[in-house]
Amino acid sequence: MKTGFTRAALAISAAVLAMTGIAAPALAQRDPAYEAARQSGKVGEKPDGYLGIVSGGDAALQKLVNDINIKRRALYAQKAQEANATLEAYALTAGCLAIARTAPGEKYQTPDGKWMTRTSTAPIRDPRCP
Amino acid sequence: MKSAKLTNPMCRAHKLPMGGARRASAAMMAMLGCGLAAGCISVSAPDKPIVIELNINVKQEVIYRLAPGAQNTIEENSSIF
Repeated sequence: MKTGFTRAALAISAAVLAMTGIAAPALAQRDPAYEAARQSGKVGEKPDGYLGIVSGGDAALQKLVNDINIKRRALYAQKAQEANATLEAYALTAGCLAIARTAPGEKYQTPDGKWMTRTSTAPIRDPRCP
Repeated sequence: MKSAKLTNPMCRAHKLPMGGARRASAAMMAMLGCGLAAGCISVSAPDKPIVIELNINVKQEVIYRLAPGAQNTIEENSSIF
């Protein structure tokens, strides 16, 4: 009986930890590995709203990019539904904005698929971008 | 003496169906025409797969409508953007 109670308590605390563990980084800043990959130009923003590997990339980087893109996709899907829009439309909109907010030195992809380094001037984006 | 009819049947009103040599030569001419003058539209399958860009269906007005919300979404989830 006591073991049952302890087990339940442990499960609850684990669940709480898991929930806060997931919720906390959402408002936090970028993971250091992600930040480093952006700054070094290994990854960049694509017009479709997802992160892309600029060139090469080992398994760890691929995983980092995949993880972020899965989270982004889930977020886009939820927000698109709330806004009564399609996932593609929402992702494209986010892509416009994500490219616009790249810092000089970071990489982004043009609508024709070329990787560019962001300078202080406006990036080359889809003509539909706001 | 010609028989009295309403019209004089000097010629047939309708040509007889093409037959034998005449048909063959017409077919030959048609094929020759196609080959020489390139007067026929030739349709061939493309060697690359046909890619339909779905993003093109997203209209600018939709993007403009979504942009303010998307900006908030990005800022609230800055760890993955």
